[in-house]
Amino acid sequence: MAKTLFENIWDAHVVAQEPESPAVLYIDLHLIHEVTSPQAFDGLRKRGIKVRRPDRTFGTLDHGIPTTDRSLPIVDELAARQITIMERNCAENGIQLYGIKTGADKQGIVHVIGPELGLTQPGMTIVCGDSHTATHGAFGSLGFGIGTSEVEMVLSTQCLLQRKPKTCNVRIDGALKKGVTAKDIILGIIAKYGVGGGTGLVYEYTGTAIRTMTMEERMTVCNMSIEGGSRAGLIAPDETTFNFVAGREFAPKGAEWDKKLAWWKTLPSDAEAQYDVTYSLDADALEPMITYGTNPGMGMNITERIPDPDKIADLSQRKALEKALSYMGLQPNQQLLGHKVDMVFIGSCTNSRISDLREAAALLKGRKVAEGVRVLVVPGSTPIKKQAEAEGLDQIFRAAGAEWREAGCSACIAMNGDQLEPGQYGISTSNRNFEGRQGKGGRTFLASPLTAAASAVTGVVTDARVLTN
Amino acid sequence: MSKFPTISSKVIALNAENVDTDQIIPARFLKVTDKLGLGEQLFCDWRYNSDGSPKPDFMLNKPEMKGRQVLLAGDNFGCGSSREHAPWALVGYGFRAVISTSFADIFKNNSLKNGLLPVIIDKETHAQLFSLIEEDPNTSLSIDLAAQTLTLPDGRAVNFPIDSFSKTCLLNGVDEIGYVLGMHEQIEAYEAAHA
Repeated sequence: MAKTLFENIWDAHVVAQEPESPAVLYIDLHLIHEVTSPQAFDGLRKRGIKVRRPDRTFGTLDHGIPTTDRSLPIVDELAARQITIMERNCAENGIQLYGIKTGADKQGIVHVIGPELGLTQPGMTIVCGDSHTATHGAFGSLGFGIGTSEVEMVLSTQCLLQRKPKTCNVRIDGALKKGVTAKDIILGIIAKYGVGGGTGLVYEYTGTAIRTMTMEERMTVCNMSIEGGSRAGLIAPDETTFNFVAGREFAPKGAEWDKKLAWWKTLPSDAEAQYDVTYSLDADALEPMITYGTNPGMGMNITERIPDPDKIADLSQRKALEKALSYMGLQPNQQLLGHKVDMVFIGSCTNSRISDLREAAALLKGRKVAEGVRVLVVPGSTPIKKQAEAEGLDQIFRAAGAEWREAGCSACIAMNGDQLEPGQYGISTSNRNFEGRQGKGGRTFLASPLTAAASAVTGVVTDARVLTN
Repeated sequence: MSKFPTISSKVIALNAENVDTDQIIPARFLKVTDKLGLGEQLFCDWRYNSDGSPKPDFMLNKPEMKGRQVLLAGDNFGCGSSREHAPWALVGYGFRAVISTSFADIFKNNSLKNGLLPVIIDKETHAQLFSLIEEDPNTSLSIDLAAQTLTLPDGRAVNFPIDSFSKTCLLNGVDEIGYVLGMHEQIEAYEAAHA
């Protein structure tokens, strides 16, 4: 029977399947971080057991870690305590931790370092106590976020109880115009199908626009699958994928590589494979996107005007938009172009890779950040930071007046002091614009690194094509 | 986990769609290393003023709402982050069930593992419930997990779906991790075959 990419991976990982019960699914790679794992390790201690497969478990410090000088003590006592506990849990269980005291040269955001180290490979099942684990689907792996109870189950058994989700073909054909990016594609999908459009589904992104993308662009698209409600978003592996993985630290080598490669090539969906649902987006028609509201589905073409609640028939949707605009301090029919911004954040597991930094630096080169605007540039990992410095990107950012930081989640989740103040407006390359997400009372516009960098220069929401044409 | 009881309770209604887990429990409270005490911070930024005083208009702050075990919420409740702190906070406050037309997948899984029952009902009944509670805020509902029914004050029983495995686990207080730990032979066999 013809099968999809998702079904091929799923079927290869079923350990047991009792009737009427969820499948027991084997997990190839478990990534952990300091915020969602302490209670899980406590659970193991209570049971008197150790981590079953420390060799398949990798830790990093990213969510709460400061992005300032790491040789200084951490001021936030609670964050410092979480980090100490993470260090102890990894040491006691023989888990490799990329943190401050160990593995610091490879530390970074969990979804950035997995691919960077070659841990993320096609055909794998990958989980992490973080919803943006969907990122790893860019490699043709099944990656999804889990809660702390499930983290405890994977640490204990290397398995998860899972009900098989339905599949959705998200077809994106065409070629992006200059100045339109992978970020705009995923913001476009979420604006079109809503934040609940993917509930119960696993997305597979297909089409010519996906095929011509780099791995970094594919990761940006898959990363925000969860913002559309889909726990996982997959892209079939191809030569682009294999070339990215080859030679990385944990990638298979020699005969093992040949064996794995042969299997990876069998993973893509069969031409006749059936999906439960089909969505589509026309890449040719896409413009740079920006969000105006308080969920990632409240997005529009950057030149458009904010929708008018009075023109929305559905009562609850109208109320949601009114509430969002009230929180954002915005008016119906208003343009966002020209709206002031107080902070610009270039970073997060969505857009903090070297290509994102190069794009932003190319725009900022020889230009200055507008007066009164704070610009935070936070690389996704320590190796990316070093690479950017080797290319002189840090000098471009600093010369423009931006802050160049250590790697971490930073202002995306605003747990470490990198944040908006109440009432401030931020344009952010991250993934969530929920109320208070980037700091209590803060207001977020989600956009691409190009749009963020252009807005940094002008101090107002700006279509980057105006500066680059 | 304790066995899930039959619930009979008045309801707290929160008429908003797409309530994300950042609203249920803001990220600044994720620095805890245990599961306790998060009920105080449930819906923190909707519930308290910046000086920490309760906002009198917010439902959870009304004295008569105290002790209510059922939350009636809008569509796609619990979207966003995978933080299990969201159900920990809801359970910490005293909720045992949330009623909506749909739940985000990760939140639903996390809830089931913490004795918080996601009750999915159709759009029409959902709208009727909101109207009923608007007319009479002291409307009481009962939820029988074994029968998979939500019973309205007029005696009408509405069925809700739940997979049989989760239902059994909740009703009997089954330790899911213990269940999978018991399958170690099958796990070893899988590992041996895929080494």
